[in-house]
This record gives sequence, C-alpha cells and structure tokens, in this order.
Amino acid sequence: MKDVILNNISKTYNKGIVQAVNAVSFHVDKGELFGLIGPDGAGKTSIFRILTTLLLPNGGTASVNGFDVVKDYKTIRKNVGYMPGRFSLYQDLSVQENLNFFASIFNTSVKENYDLIKDIYIQLEPFKDRRAGKLSGGMKQKLALCCALIHRPTILFLDEPTTGVDVVSRKEFWEMLKRLKQQGITILVSTPYMDEATLCERIALIQDGRIMSIDTPENIIGKFSESLFAVKSDNMGSLLQDLKNTGIIKSCNAFGAYHHVTFKDNNQNMNEKLIRVLEEKQHTNIELRPITPTIEDCFIKLMED
Amino acid sequence: MMDNISTFIKKEFLHVFRDRKTLLMLFGLPIVQIILFGFALTNEITNAKIVVCDYAKDDASQQIIGKLQASQQFDIQRILLNHKQIETAFKDGEIKMAVVFPANFNSDLLHQHKAQVQLITDASDPNTATAISGYANQIVMDYQNELMQLQRVPYQINTEVRMLYNPELKAAVNFVPGVMSLILLLVCVLMTSVAIVKEKETGTMEVLLVSPFSPFLIIVSKAMPYLALSLINLTIILLLSVLVLGMPINGSILLLYAVSTLFIITALSLGLLISNRTASQQSAMLISLMGMLVPSILFTGFMFPLENMPYPLQLVSHIIPAKWYYIIVKSVMVKGLGFSAIWKETLVLLTMTMLLLVVNIKTFKIRLT
Repeated sequence: MKDVILNNISKTYNKGIVQAVNAVSFHVDKGELFGLIGPDGAGKTSIFRILTTLLLPNGGTASVNGFDVVKDYKTIRKNVGYMPGRFSLYQDLSVQENLNFFASIFNTSVKENYDLIKDIYIQLEPFKDRRAGKLSGGMKQKLALCCALIHRPTILFLDEPTTGVDVVSRKEFWEMLKRLKQQGITILVSTPYMDEATLCERIALIQDGRIMSIDTPENIIGKFSESLFAVKSDNMGSLLQDLKNTGIIKSCNAFGAYHHVTFKDNNQNMNEKLIRVLEEKQHTNIELRPITPTIEDCFIKLMED
Repeated sequence: MMDNISTFIKKEFLHVFRDRKTLLMLFGLPIVQIILFGFALTNEITNAKIVVCDYAKDDASQQIIGKLQASQQFDIQRILLNHKQIETAFKDGEIKMAVVFPANFNSDLLHQHKAQVQLITDASDPNTATAISGYANQIVMDYQNELMQLQRVPYQINTEVRMLYNPELKAAVNFVPGVMSLILLLVCVLMTSVAIVKEKETGTMEVLLVSPFSPFLIIVSKAMPYLALSLINLTIILLLSVLVLGMPINGSILLLYAVSTLFIITALSLGLLISNRTASQQSAMLISLMGMLVPSILFTGFMFPLENMPYPLQLVSHIIPAKWYYIIVKSVMVKGLGFSAIWKETLVLLTMTMLLLVVNIKTFKIRLT
C-alpha cells in the first residue's frame, strides 16, 4: 500500500523561468518514515506544498491516501498533518490556545487525541500559558508537531522540522518521529542535514528539482563504489589546493577536520604516492586513512556525476 | 461547524486584544477625530471681528451693541451708516458678521412687543458662521429675557440669520457623518485586510488551508471581530457627538445602525478584496490608505463639496461607497428623514456590497500562489 505517490511532478515559477521541481517521481509506503534530503532551494518545499494541495503542479500527477492532489484537495486537507518549514503558529496565542484552536478547526478536541501527543505535550505543559512566540526553538517545534498531530492524521508532512533547532532538540525530535511511526503514521520529512538521513527508512536525495537517488540510507552508501579516504595535515588551507594539484586525486572535499578524497586509480600504491607528494609540498603531520562514506559523500558524488 | 467558527472568532478577538497598538488606534482614532473636529475646528471663536449697522440708534439697539462689545466673542470694528457698506466689508474679508438693527427697533419692541435683528454671516466658512450667529443670537436673547423680567411684558426679538455665500451651510456640523464613514472605512478595510494578509505573511494561512475549515469561512471569521468592533466604534462616535458635541440624532437610531451595518459589510468586502490580492501587510496597508482612504476623504463630500468639483470628478465620486453612506447618515442623523428618503442610496450600497462579495467569492484563493 502506497500512501503518497508522485508521478513526474513538475513545478515552475515566474511563468516557467524557474524550474523548482523537475519530473519528480517517488512513493512513500504506508507507515514508512521517508526522508527528502537536499540543500536549500532543491525543491523540497515545493514538493511538500504540492502534496498538501497548497500548490498546483505544472505537470505530472500525485496522490495522497489514494486521493488526487488537484481534484480531491478537500479530502486530503481533512486527513493529513502538515508542519511548514517556517514556524507557523500564532505567536500571540499561548501554547494551550494554539493547541485548542487547531483541534477545533479539525473538528476534534485535545482530549480526544491526547494519547497521541501525550509524550510530546508533557514537555510543553509547564509552559502551557506562555505565548508561543516566547518559546525556545525546540519548544516551538514540539508545539508545532502537537498541532499537526492533534487530529490524528494518517500522513504527516514535516517540512524541515529541525532547521534552526539545537542538536539536543533535533535528536529528541527524531526520537519522537520514531514513536509516531510505531503508531502507524506515515511520515514524509525533509531536511537539509545529511546526518539525519540515516534516521529515515528510505530517502530521496534531491538537488535542483531532480531526484538523484532513492533507496534506504544503507543501500545508498553501499552504492558508493570507490574507496574513500580522510586526509589531514597541519596546514588544512593549502592542503585542499595541493591535493587537487597532485593529478592522482579524483575528488576532494572539505569535511570538518578532514578532507575526503577518492583516487583516480584504486590501488595501494596511490596512498604512499600521495603522502610523498604532500611531504614534498612541506606538509607536516600528514594523516591518511580509509573511511566509510556518509550520505553527504554520496550526495556530493551524485552531484559531481 | 458552528462550534469551530466560534473558536475561530474567539481567536480573532484574542489577536485584536493582544495587539495594544492596533487597539489604541482602533478606539483612540475616532475619539481623537471627533474631539479634534468638534473643538479645534469649530468652537475656537474669540474676538471675531464684526460690524454693526444701526438704523435705529435708540436705547434697545445701543444696549445690545454694548453687550456685543462686552462679550469675549466679538470685537466690533466699525459702526456703519449704510447697509451697502456691509458687502464691501465682507468682501475685504475683514469681518465675520454684520448685525443690522432696523429703524424704529425700540418703538417696535415697546409697542408691538416684537422686533427684528438681522445677523449676516460669511458662511463660506460654515462652522464659524454657525457658531458666530449662535453666539450673537444668545446675546440678543439675553437682552430679551432681561427686558421681560424687568417689565413683565412678553417681548420678542427675532433674529433673522442670513448665511452669505453658502446659504445651505454645506459641510457644516456634518463632520460627524464624515468621521463616521472614514472611521468605519479605516477599521474595516485597513484592519481586516492587514489581519488577513498577516496570516499569509507569518505562514499560518498555510496551516489553516491544510485543514477541513473552509477557506471562505476563514475569511468570514476573520472579518467578524471587525464588524463587532466597528459597531462599538459607531456607538462611541454617536455618544461623543450627542453628549460632548451636543449634536442630536434626529432620525431613527435603528435605521442608522442598520445602514451602518450595511456600510460596514461593504467596507469589509473591500478589505477582503485587498487581502486577496496582496501578499504583504505593507502593501495591504498602502493600498487601503492610498486606494481607499484618500479617495474617500476627497470624494465623500464632507471636506470638499462635490458640487464645486468638475463633472468627471463628480462621476468618480459615484463609485465611492463612503459618499453614499455619508448622504444616508446626513439624512437620517441631521435631517431626521426615514427610510423612504434614503432607499436609493441604500440600494446603491447594497448593490456595491453584493458585487464585491460575488467578486470575492469568485476570485477567492483556495491555494497559495
């Protein structure tokens, strides 16, 4: 059973000048936690808005819960939960007022579905009379999630729920999503953070409106065919340029404390050769070791290909 | 359904009450305007320059002239000998009023118990003209009462007031109807459109649209508090004008509220139309102010008489809802007329409202653009 299906969905803005989404097709299974991973401007929000019936696609078809996003928009709006990328609750209303309001417009009450949000709401309860605008970023996200869940949606659309949230709150947020998944709710989530990709069951990597790869995070990493190495030296600034100039490096990208490199030729001699070349260029304390690629490595590789 | 509409409306009231600045504007503005128009612009009359033309030159006329001279409101410039000099004095713009005593003023009073004084004012500034003739009238009445008490004879001095240049006193105390139409317009068009566009701007509209709540009901619910607040505002304006400015409501109050409600709905529909076509609070505000408020001030007829405008501009004034409302309020409030006198204007307003509502429903956006 597929809860969300996209078939060659395209979306353009400014009368066709800007192609935000380009023939995107994928599906989300019932009860699945599906991640849409890509940088800002990749087209994630446009896809979310098309699926939540807020935008009309310029081409292709899509269905949610088996209903067409254009024709059956009223039915879809009753059954899905949507959390937009920007904090979109009433800042001048209190936590409780926001929650009651959203329960009411979905013809339900907080009491009726309290069990679903209980775990999350318990953390908000001490601040229930505080205005939503005065909450911390993490608390705002929890409240927004509560409001999106209060009518027990079949599918939850979360557009960049963890953007602008601290590391601890982000971790908590993903824990909450796992628990919601256990309740049988299908979740489509987008994020620009590559490290969050592995927390999803399946992911789609998206760039410039096109899907580059759809699979489980493990399989996507498994498809990374080359050996990947991490390189470090005392002078990281010039190291990147020197690596590129060696002539034996295929790709080279800065990743925090290390540079990740792949060789044009995958054999053991290349490592020693690289160290030699770098030593000639006056690099000291050179460190070179093989590593397993991350989703980010895969993303960059797919982009370069 | 009713239940969630009421929650929605309750939420809108919370927005209004928690936004102190808007609230201040909402209720401060009508009060300030009424007070400003009422006092600063009308009652500031001291030492108004007048001339006297005394054909009688008897005891009674001299005593009244003495009283005029003694009052703070008047400053007698000259005693004229001839009626014809009055007009020149007015044209020179140096005087505000001329008081004319006919020959035999005192003897008429003593023998027929009845006499006349003529007050001629420059009504091109109608507010001042009314106020000045009112003061002069009071002074004459004072004298009449003193005389009556002294001699126990029912003397009667009639003042005949002539308004020069603007006999109908257009745009006189009519500022109350004018302020009413402007305030209602301001609150309904500006605040409603801004309130709705704010939901778009902060992204809450996005969440509201992805709900079973009908998009059109969202808009209606958002407009409801402003209907209620406008009626409260109307009451404040009416109370102020009756209690503070002493301007009575001559016609039916019920009729006044009924047509005002219609006008409020017209203005709300205009606000919705603006909010439907704008994406930011700033542009909504700008369009409301420049596109609605300024034309309304110009073409309603209470600041600038429409009769004096070139014909094309008079045609423009026909499409301004405030103009029709202003005529209705003047008829009901000032002239005390009933529905039979205003049905045409009411019909025009009703047609405009219907038209706006139809356009609103037809062009209403159920998605983001």
